[in-house]
Amino acid sequence: MGGAAVRQYRGIIALTAPAYLWLALTVFLPLSAMVYFSFLTQAPIGGRAAEWTPAHYIAFFTKEVYWRNAWRSFELGIYVTSLCLLFAYPAALILAKHVKGRWREALFLLVILPFWSNALVRTFSWTMVLRGDVGLLFTYWAIVIGLIHAYLPYAILTCYISLQSIDDTLIEAARSLGASPVQAFLRLTLPLSTPGIVAGVILIFVPVIGSFMEPRILGGKNAIMLGPLIENQFTAVFNWPLGAALSFIILAIVLLILLAASPFLRRQLQ
Amino acid sequence: MTILAMTRRTALAAAAAAVLCAGAAPAALSQSKELRVLNWQGYGTDEKWALENFQQQTGIKVVHDYFNSEQEMLTKLRTSPGTYDVVLFNNTFVMDAVNEGLIQPIDTSKIAHFADLTPSLRDSERFVKDGKHYAVSWVWGVTSIAYSTEKLPTPPDSIEVLWDPANAGKVGWRDDAIESVQFASLATGQDMNAPSDMEKVKAKLQALKPQIKTFWSSEDEWNKYFAAGDYIIATYWSGSAARSKKAFKLPVGFMVPKEGAIGWFDGLAIATNAPNPDSAHAFIDYMVSPEFYVKWDTDVGAPASANARANAALPEDAMNRAILGDPEVVKRLQWMAPLSDEQRKAYQELWDSVKTTFAQ
Repeated sequence: MGGAAVRQYRGIIALTAPAYLWLALTVFLPLSAMVYFSFLTQAPIGGRAAEWTPAHYIAFFTKEVYWRNAWRSFELGIYVTSLCLLFAYPAALILAKHVKGRWREALFLLVILPFWSNALVRTFSWTMVLRGDVGLLFTYWAIVIGLIHAYLPYAILTCYISLQSIDDTLIEAARSLGASPVQAFLRLTLPLSTPGIVAGVILIFVPVIGSFMEPRILGGKNAIMLGPLIENQFTAVFNWPLGAALSFIILAIVLLILLAASPFLRRQLQ
Repeated sequence: MTILAMTRRTALAAAAAAVLCAGAAPAALSQSKELRVLNWQGYGTDEKWALENFQQQTGIKVVHDYFNSEQEMLTKLRTSPGTYDVVLFNNTFVMDAVNEGLIQPIDTSKIAHFADLTPSLRDSERFVKDGKHYAVSWVWGVTSIAYSTEKLPTPPDSIEVLWDPANAGKVGWRDDAIESVQFASLATGQDMNAPSDMEKVKAKLQALKPQIKTFWSSEDEWNKYFAAGDYIIATYWSGSAARSKKAFKLPVGFMVPKEGAIGWFDGLAIATNAPNPDSAHAFIDYMVSPEFYVKWDTDVGAPASANARANAALPEDAMNRAILGDPEVVKRLQWMAPLSDEQRKAYQELWDSVKTTFAQ
């Protein structure tokens, strides 16, 4: 009995160790180095002397340029995420409940198709569409459009999965007990699909607030956000500590938001 | 494209050669008469035709090693003494290298074209210490203003054209903190290397808000935006403007405003303990010759030569001759000085604040 348990235990270790080792090497170690850098006066590369300082974290709260652009990034995240859901949810609902067989496959293919092209190519092709008579290139809305295009498939897929798993007989039962279609949707379908919506929000919101490629190419002088600001610290001024500190502040804020929302989410996801 | 293809082919050939003689390599290296050049890739010294030419004339074979940043170049010199012969140096780094003992004085009597070099560059204090030259001035260029000759038939002469309400929404600007501070310093009549009134600089930059259509970051991007009509006037590099006009047939004019513009210059130096100092002198002499430069600028597109005769030998419509060949223009330039890390950080923060007001 004990031997079997040990064997099982070994099996688990053998199967999960590569993944954890990989994550430790590629995620945990670089991130730890960055946490360390974020408290230094300068990056200790090439024999440069560095001292401990919290100045970069203080700068975020005391200098307008940083907190204002952090807010601009959050605002962009809110716009892009809510518009993605607004477009994605009806599409996912139709796909899950009203389209069957081959048509569903074909429509799915169309949803996933953008994933197969390079993000940079997609963004540059938007510059051609938005230029000229459309006149949207180098505006804030060009950034929003480019990002919605990039992240819409995530929202459709996550909503679709949770909508598809809703048992149709539940809705039939509600209807036969006198619920109107709207009532059935609001009291059954929508609450039951919350896990998909939440997953979509997290998958989209987090990368959007850190995005820097789409703003830079599509946004012209509206491109300044936290993402490009962090990028400059690494590529233009060799100020890794400030870039790292700004990244971790954003990480902390996102985690705080999730923490604050968790009681509500737990209730919904049960 | 052709430059890229060529260097890739050269790299392949080099790799093949390395594989073929892998066994004999260490012995061959130590006694080789090959001249070793350290430079940016695709920056003149590694033009294939030039190296063939040079080998025919002198029998010296040239091999290259490349760096991707000035810090990398200095590191290579520090960690591999006695490896390199000729090294490319931006002027702002030469004195640091001299003080560290990384490069040796040039025997100017071995540079036949030395007398033809523009004196203000050749004898710059950035190259000369205790009466000895430590680098031979090679090429120089200007960051200034390019404009559409179709939309602006009369060439502008003032930097204020960038702030002219008539050009609102038609200006392109490089998204670069240092360059932005330098332009605003020139426009407010300050020393661009040490602007005393940063508030003035900031206000001048903020006044660009209605003017700028978009930012550019590379030569390729500049050409695309200009060709699409996104802007009709923009900050730009002189060598790139020449290429946009010649290689891409864009109606680009380039001007150096009366308030001045940003100048930079590069030199070629010889490493301390260079294995082949005589060949190194010969190669540098070839690099500053009109023979090499005219073909480089005409076929490929190059910065301006520090050799006044080489510039004068260019075709009459070449930008490097027509605009940068004018001594009055050269007098108006301010030459870029070294910046400290603190200055860089301060400039970046100022520029980021300005851009934030652009977006509001």
